Amino acid sequence: MSTQPPGQAQAPYLRIENVTKRFGDFIAVNDVSLHVQRGEIFCLLGGSGSGKTTLLRMLAGFETPSSGKIFIDGQDMSEIAPYDRPVNMMFQSYALFPHMTVEKNVAFGLEQERLGRQEIKRRVGEILEIVKMSQFTARKPHQLSGGQRQRVALARALVKRPKLLLLDEPLAALDRKLREHTQFELINIQEQLGVTFVVVTHDQEEAMTLSSRMGVMNHGQIVQVGTPTDIYEFPATRFVADFIGSVNMFEGKLIEDEPDFVRIRSEELGGVIYVSHGISSAPAATVWVAVRPEKINISRRPPTPGSGVHQPEAGAGENVVRGTVKEIAYMGDMSIYLVQAESGKTIRVTIPNVARHMEDRITWDETVYLSWHAESPVVLTR
Amino acid sequence: MGIPMLWLIVLFLIPFIIVFKISFSEVRLAMPPYAPLFEWLNGKLVAVKLNFGNYSYLFTDALYVSSYLYSLKVAAVSTVMCLLLGYPMAYAIARSNPTTRTVLLMLIVLPFWTSFLLRVYAWIGLLKTNGVINNVLMSMGIIHEPITMLQTDFAVYVGIVYSYLPFMILPLYSNLEKHDLTLIEAAADLGAGPFTAFRRVTLPQSLPGIIAGSLLVFIPAVGEYVIPSLLGRTDQLMIGRVLSDEFFENRDWPVASAVAIFMLGLLVVPMMLFQHFEKRTIEARK
Repeated sequence: MSTQPPGQAQAPYLRIENVTKRFGDFIAVNDVSLHVQRGEIFCLLGGSGSGKTTLLRMLAGFETPSSGKIFIDGQDMSEIAPYDRPVNMMFQSYALFPHMTVEKNVAFGLEQERLGRQEIKRRVGEILEIVKMSQFTARKPHQLSGGQRQRVALARALVKRPKLLLLDEPLAALDRKLREHTQFELINIQEQLGVTFVVVTHDQEEAMTLSSRMGVMNHGQIVQVGTPTDIYEFPATRFVADFIGSVNMFEGKLIEDEPDFVRIRSEELGGVIYVSHGISSAPAATVWVAVRPEKINISRRPPTPGSGVHQPEAGAGENVVRGTVKEIAYMGDMSIYLVQAESGKTIRVTIPNVARHMEDRITWDETVYLSWHAESPVVLTR
Repeated sequence: MGIPMLWLIVLFLIPFIIVFKISFSEVRLAMPPYAPLFEWLNGKLVAVKLNFGNYSYLFTDALYVSSYLYSLKVAAVSTVMCLLLGYPMAYAIARSNPTTRTVLLMLIVLPFWTSFLLRVYAWIGLLKTNGVINNVLMSMGIIHEPITMLQTDFAVYVGIVYSYLPFMILPLYSNLEKHDLTLIEAAADLGAGPFTAFRRVTLPQSLPGIIAGSLLVFIPAVGEYVIPSLLGRTDQLMIGRVLSDEFFENRDWPVASAVAIFMLGLLVVPMMLFQHFEKRTIEARK
């Protein structure tokens, strides 16, 4: 598995090499290696206890790796204390100094660099302009809203022009609308300043929106690295497929294994699945077929062969299953249908609400046919 | 209003008014040993005798002026010493793990379970010419003549700092314990070494604790009686002793009352400061 972005010949800006961190018997980070290129926004995505925060803290210098090395712009960070690293962090709680004004908070880092008063004032003014907090220089943190505090924290970290900016769950404390707005603002600021971002989050939406590339972590290890599309459409393992977005997973046995197609019989589904691409990994008796809810078509009539829903190579009855609509969640822009197949398996389907009128839509307890294109499923062997 | 107000009125305001009244009287050889302020004749108020002489006496007699100044000096120096000793102790306790912390806090408070008087007497045993410290140092050959430690300023400082240290440590600990340690990490991340982080992040935030502890030591230390009486100089008295002598030895209630009221006046400013900062601390917590 390559952790390097394609087509980049230059040396990586951040190199994490075989880093492990143990707390007593507990292994928080297990032999992690990663490359991040300059100017990327790289997200570490994982649940609680996945090791992502520990990894971030090792980048900042608050924890020392039990083994392995970290290189930033070619420099080994092993003996370097946090206050000597070209790295700055935006903390999850923002960690603004409560007894200092916004201006003093942002100036703090520059004062440690022993810059002149005028220079400091100028740079503080500049960065506050960028984060749109210029009118709040004299306020103290307790006089600011959550979103405003976040922008001050961001300004304080960016004003030192670090080589690497670490963000710990940057959007966690914000409400939904503000979160969306801030996501795009963060991307704009990053593009404007060209700083390399490493973001830690448990929110996959956040990771998908922000990252140019992301790494999924589980139990202290990196499970997959890639662009958001790579991770979503081509998950490497069941864990990744299940962790990102929703997925329908059908366990089955390979009945035909060819270079450009495979057939799988699934008891769970109650039918045969035809997939129009081969499996690249080693053949296994048991496989799992992952189909995303938005890739499934739902209709009152079974799909006619050659109707464009599935390719002609698929036999009759393949990639189709009949079931009953058990639950519908109306989200406004789309609806989520939970359909119980005849095998008993519940299948999740999402459909955009194209029809405006309720009467046209499929409703509870209707018998429906679910089908999908032969290209849609991902076959997973682990 | 209610019970707290009633309590304060009965146990503070009324006694204060009584003492205040006596401070304006003339001394008499009688019971009570002072002249009444108001003269009544046939149930009607005829004259009010206000004697300001007691107060002017305080300013003119060198004994009182020097005692007040000495008391303020001793209290101030003791407060600074308590701060220098107490801050590191409070810091260490606040940064230790919860189990150790409980033990350490108990150790700080434990001396209060024994008699204050006995503990001061114990210092006599340690500091006197034929005491423990002198004997140990002499037997080790470090000194050849015993050091005079008792009946000196030094002994008073030792006594006050020893007795009042918990009053400095506890408010400081209470403040330091609430500090957000992520702020120190943030300071380090921004380039501040440990000393700079302490100076610019921890110290300013601990200021309310410093003020609370300092006032809790300073205000009672000014009026200290036991410690200077047992350990202190005989040629320079603190105001608490002067007041007591005036009251019991000279039987001059009016002057004693004037001494007390004036001492209260001196302490009004620090007491109001204390109230102001306590209020701000409580408000900041909300």
